[in-house]
Amino acid sequence: MKRFVFRNRWLPYALVAPQVAVTLAFFFWPAFDSLRLSLYRASPFGDRLIWAGLANFERLFRDPAYLRSALTSLVFSFVVTFAGLALALLLASLANAKIRGLAVYRSLLLWPYGIAPAIAGIIWLFIFHPSYGILPWLLSFVTAYQFNWFLKGWVAMTLIVMAAIWKQFGYNLAFYLAGLQAIEASVLEAASVDGAGPIRRFFAVTFPLLSPVTFFLFTLNMTFSFFDTFGLIHSVTQGGPGDATSILVYRAWKDGFEGLQLGFSAAQSVVLMALVIGLTAFQFRFAEKKVTY
Amino acid sequence: MKRWAGIVLVLTATGLLASPAPSTAKTEIQWWHAMTAVLGERVNEIAATFNASQNDYEVKAVYKGSYPDTLNAAIAAYRAKQPPHIVQVFEVGTQTMLSSGAVYPVFQLMKDHGIAVDWNDLIGPVKSYYSTGGNLSSMAFNSSTPILFYNKDLFKKAGLADKPPATWDEVEAMAKKLAGAGTKCGFSAAWPSWTLVENMHALHDQPFADQANGFDGLATRLQINGAFGVKMLELLQRGAREGWFVYNGRLNKAEANMGGGECGIFLSSSAYIGNLTRASEGKFVWGTGPLPRLSGYPQGSSIIGGATLWVMKGAKPEEYKGVAQFFKYLASTANQAWWAGVTGYLPLTNAAVKAMESSGHFQKNPQQRTAIDQMLGGKTTPNSQGIRLGNFVSIRDAIEEQMENIFSGKKTPKQGLDDAVAKSSEILKEFAALYR
Repeated sequence: MKRFVFRNRWLPYALVAPQVAVTLAFFFWPAFDSLRLSLYRASPFGDRLIWAGLANFERLFRDPAYLRSALTSLVFSFVVTFAGLALALLLASLANAKIRGLAVYRSLLLWPYGIAPAIAGIIWLFIFHPSYGILPWLLSFVTAYQFNWFLKGWVAMTLIVMAAIWKQFGYNLAFYLAGLQAIEASVLEAASVDGAGPIRRFFAVTFPLLSPVTFFLFTLNMTFSFFDTFGLIHSVTQGGPGDATSILVYRAWKDGFEGLQLGFSAAQSVVLMALVIGLTAFQFRFAEKKVTY
Repeated sequence: MKRWAGIVLVLTATGLLASPAPSTAKTEIQWWHAMTAVLGERVNEIAATFNASQNDYEVKAVYKGSYPDTLNAAIAAYRAKQPPHIVQVFEVGTQTMLSSGAVYPVFQLMKDHGIAVDWNDLIGPVKSYYSTGGNLSSMAFNSSTPILFYNKDLFKKAGLADKPPATWDEVEAMAKKLAGAGTKCGFSAAWPSWTLVENMHALHDQPFADQANGFDGLATRLQINGAFGVKMLELLQRGAREGWFVYNGRLNKAEANMGGGECGIFLSSSAYIGNLTRASEGKFVWGTGPLPRLSGYPQGSSIIGGATLWVMKGAKPEEYKGVAQFFKYLASTANQAWWAGVTGYLPLTNAAVKAMESSGHFQKNPQQRTAIDQMLGGKTTPNSQGIRLGNFVSIRDAIEEQMENIFSGKKTPKQGLDDAVAKSSEILKEFAALYR
């Protein structure tokens, strides 16, 4: 690669300045403001700002519901990410086969990505709704069990997980499909010649070659399920029943914007921020080593 | 050439239409609200009628989303020093507004502008909920109270007489019969905390929180885990287990089941009358009754829900003059009777009740009578004057979370209510620490 050197000393800084300005204004400033606010008790109308030290954090970690919520979030994110990626990879492999009408399948499979999380939630709500949903109705022929997610936490969780996977599915598929197509046919042919069957070929050749894509999608899906599923949960379960689907980001929003406990909510965002920074760092530190580019 | 002439003509015409320019001299008054659909149209109608009635002020009604959204919008605007003049805040936000230091109390506003309003004509529960020391802090606007609805078709099918249950014993007996006759949901309720916990305590004259439900000072502890609260939730837990009570979600989600003709007996806001009328049209017939009672407890009163209009600090004197004029118009008997008649909300003054009676409104709409009778027949005591808690939204949330744990059998009623009380105490403590 040829190394490019700027002659003008200031030009490179000027060129990156807009990007830096945007990052400072829309990321660092709010982040530091949250950090500051998390150390105060703040009134909604801004007339009172009382130093609280670490009281907000203390309240958080004393609350068993918060720790439960952290666990819920982790389980939720891992299930959505792993199940979502596995499914996308499976269908991408199938969609990569040479069959008639391939272009149509591919475009159809991409559709869900174009749908906002809240809308996706409503669609799944219609399918799952205890009284007018089609799925409980169909299941009522098989079993007398009531799939009422207004009361049963695991049903609500399953519903949210399915909706999140479905919503993110098109995106994952697109990347996997592109990844699959980038794999040289000759590599796979060579494996065939060596006597590897389709399953062996997949695990010995295709999957390792896809590792950069998997790594990228893993990071992205984790962040998606941690943050972007807010709309989904808000439109379907509102965190219930009990607190079964109350993931961290939903709690932070609820305490801040419905409960108007700004300092407490800010403390939760700080914890979230730390968690995500940690998770991302961990991924780049350890997972990336296993990735072959 | 011709085309140019056309354009000039159009421009002149629009210029002419826009030019009755004195309108720019009108003082604009921003009114932020959270009323959707038909209710939103009615709000616009109020603004339009007021604007047409005089030449000095222009009320602009702006929809800002749900109640929490509207409150958040007002908070953000206030902090940016551009608050609306009037903002509609739901009843659970009352303490937040009172403590905010950002409001201009309504009684003061009217007094400062020399407008005499007979506040004593307000119906008792409305006045008590929104007054401090006998003075109204915000302008009463849309108030409702929970009542009982029943599906007459389902009653007939189950062989029940066309009469709503008056006690919880009757609710249980009838709901069992309904469920036995194949009804999907014998009994259900919308706004679970409001209808089944808050109102049941008030109706039976039981304390909901200390400090007279927060009216004598900042409340520090809920009292819903007493004998009465436990008894109430034991009944409901048993109902859920035996299948005659079906829980259908928070907020007003359960209304979908009642409107879909699935529920025999149902509790919701009296303001649901309008939507139920539309949902049931040509499908089933329904009636209303007062809230059911548990025997052996004293008479209290049901409490209200809905919202009031708060005046924000930070506007110019002449704008406040307009706000006062607008409120005078709102408070007029004619407007009160009209608003209650078209929405199903409670008429807020005794004069408006009388006006609706004499115009024969209740003969045509007997369902609207139930809530008024229930309100006027109640007894206003320290336990039934209302509930005033800091961060009430979070507290209601904590209660409903535990109600779900109780209904699903995950916790005993006592355990669930104890947990709700513990969590609420924490929230109340935080609020008190902020406004000590």
